[in-house]
Amino acid sequence: MTKPIYLDHAATTPVDPEVISAMLPYFAEEYGNPSSVHMWGQRAQHAVKSGREKIAAVLNCSADEIIFTACGSESDNLAIRGAALTARESGRGSHIVVSAMEHPAVLNTARSLRDQDGFELTELGVDEHGMTSTDDLSNALRSDTVLVSIMYANNEIGVIAPIAELAKAAHDQGAIFHTDAVQAGSQLPLDIEALGVDMLSLGAHKFYGPKGVGVLYARSGTALQPTQTGGNQEAGRRAGTHNVPLIVGMAAALEITEERRNRDGTRMEALRDRLIKRILELVPDSRLTGHRTERLPNNASFVFANIDGNELLMHLDLAGIAASSGSACKTGSPEPSTVTRSLRLSQRWELGSLRLSLGRYTASDDIDYTISMLPDIIKRMRSENG
Amino acid sequence: MVDVRQRVAVAMSGGVDSSVAAALLREQGHEMFGLMLRLWNEPSQNGKRHNRCCTPDAVNRAEKVAAMLDIPFYVLDARKVFHQSVVQFFLDGYAAGVTPNPCLECNRHIRWGYLLSKALGMGATHLASGHYARVRKQGEKYQLRRGQDTQKDQSYALSMLGQRELSRTIFPIGALTKMETRSLARQFKLPVTDYPESQDLCFLANNNYRDFVRRHSPESLNPGPIVNRDGNCIGQHSGLPLYTIGQRKGIGISSREPLYVLAKDCSSNNLVVGSRTELGSYRLRAGDVNWTSGNPPSNALRALVQIRYGSRPSPARLTPVGTDTVEVEFDLEMRDITPGQAAVFYQGDVLVGGGTIEPSVKPEAL
Repeated sequence: MTKPIYLDHAATTPVDPEVISAMLPYFAEEYGNPSSVHMWGQRAQHAVKSGREKIAAVLNCSADEIIFTACGSESDNLAIRGAALTARESGRGSHIVVSAMEHPAVLNTARSLRDQDGFELTELGVDEHGMTSTDDLSNALRSDTVLVSIMYANNEIGVIAPIAELAKAAHDQGAIFHTDAVQAGSQLPLDIEALGVDMLSLGAHKFYGPKGVGVLYARSGTALQPTQTGGNQEAGRRAGTHNVPLIVGMAAALEITEERRNRDGTRMEALRDRLIKRILELVPDSRLTGHRTERLPNNASFVFANIDGNELLMHLDLAGIAASSGSACKTGSPEPSTVTRSLRLSQRWELGSLRLSLGRYTASDDIDYTISMLPDIIKRMRSENG
Repeated sequence: MVDVRQRVAVAMSGGVDSSVAAALLREQGHEMFGLMLRLWNEPSQNGKRHNRCCTPDAVNRAEKVAAMLDIPFYVLDARKVFHQSVVQFFLDGYAAGVTPNPCLECNRHIRWGYLLSKALGMGATHLASGHYARVRKQGEKYQLRRGQDTQKDQSYALSMLGQRELSRTIFPIGALTKMETRSLARQFKLPVTDYPESQDLCFLANNNYRDFVRRHSPESLNPGPIVNRDGNCIGQHSGLPLYTIGQRKGIGISSREPLYVLAKDCSSNNLVVGSRTELGSYRLRAGDVNWTSGNPPSNALRALVQIRYGSRPSPARLTPVGTDTVEVEFDLEMRDITPGQAAVFYQGDVLVGGGTIEPSVKPEAL
């Protein structure tokens, strides 16, 4: 088989070798618990602290606004449950607004608050590009709206939301604004002041860091109930022994990402645009999903008429191309994802989604190879289905 | 020697047979990938799943085997086509008064229909499966032969395969006994040896087809008269699909001698019963006959004919009528000739053809 090509960086990324080096001492040498009094503890505490500062520097926030979690999903849970429950207890209301295209970590958490905890939930629709409009948000906001959560960039179709504008609209009504920036983390600016958000979630494995560690930024003064109780770590907002090596790794990964952000973005955008242009030219009945310009530099997402996206992934995999689909399911029961559904495509399109997501190490040859393979695979699949 | 131009898709079920088949191909150095089908699931009742096939547990085992063998593995959703061409066929068959053989239909439409075409579409040159049967090339023709293990031979359910399918088919364990397969599974350290056998009629709950018909096709169950050969009504039946030719238990009539189901007459909704001696017949007519070679014989021929999965083949004379119908005349009287089941023709180990036993026009009194 040909050398496999990984075009699924939106799913996860390889850990940067520098990140691995940074983490290694904290497994078996500097293994102390940051909460301990002795020197081992102090050195571990220093590592966590300096990680926190590095991340705060990238986010342009203060270090005590950084909460370490185990993943992006946990950050989303803590943000949404923690802030919504606290705000309701203080009598500010019980209405939440999210976009209909949120990652399940946000959407299912908000729905659980609605179904289990008696919150009211508004799910904002999106336009045909997957865009959330500020006007729609303003219209949905009420005096008892406590929390708005809208993702920075969508994981499937890469569309980028006008976060600063949306956050301002929420603030005008006195609501807290959270954004799931897990997918945006590797590519978009994370300056909290420019974004104007109150909370922001990140997961390290999307930006060439390790799996199993994430961040929630929570603006100072945002009251949060812990979702995980126990010890007093993270100022009582998230209990559990700090995962020192992974926190160190995440901080290193985010610094590297920030340093390379513009360079990588420009390079990937050029590759992505060539990929999109050629695929749309070469494959009949194909469409780009998401917005043409307001999209993540690494995201090329399509729908193909009369194609089962799940099977397309198998064909691509056998051709040495790792990709993803909004209808992907390893157990073999294809259904359109929430995102694909919210684009309101007709039936012959809705199962045929494909996401190709580029990465730091994606080469021009990889794109050429993909352009040379994909159209034929789709042609073959269509002729097979008659 | 492995042909480098071959790329084999192996059908995997998580069971011992298909897992050993995959491991053998891997050992031979084939370029290959694994495919598993999702065929059927009924919603669980009382927390128990109704069907045994393609459970999450089976998928887990197949995934594990694929990971051990380091081959790509994919699950395909064939539930829709399975429902249309197997489950519906099964229900329609019972409603029409015959005893259908869904395994054969599954092999025809699903494994050597849907799956083979998907596999070829994905770039495979061959489809391998863990059936106990053998393919051999004789000159330009492919022969289908019984599996080496006569106890486990599955060729009966493959009697609809033609040259096109056979030329693309590999049965890696066809020359093995079940004992040998099990011992290979242990040698390969496959995580599948301790699991119960996969059974026929995978989609049936508790292996009870009557419950299944009651659940899925209640409209086909019309109570009616039970009659004897003379046409006298001697009782009531609860719907013809619930009875099978040759059945003794569950008829619900006490009689001097045991009664057997002789025939099901759909037009009058009569269930015909009689004594064991009335059950026998020397003849059957098979329709939709497939000749493995692709060439229907022009003259009558002698063959061994098997009328049920696992039953003893019996010598008979076959007279082709047109291209796809055969009159079969047995040397010995046969009981249990069941319309809807397959009549499969063998010469020695070679399967030469097979068709579906047609309902007799009227019950023969021999």
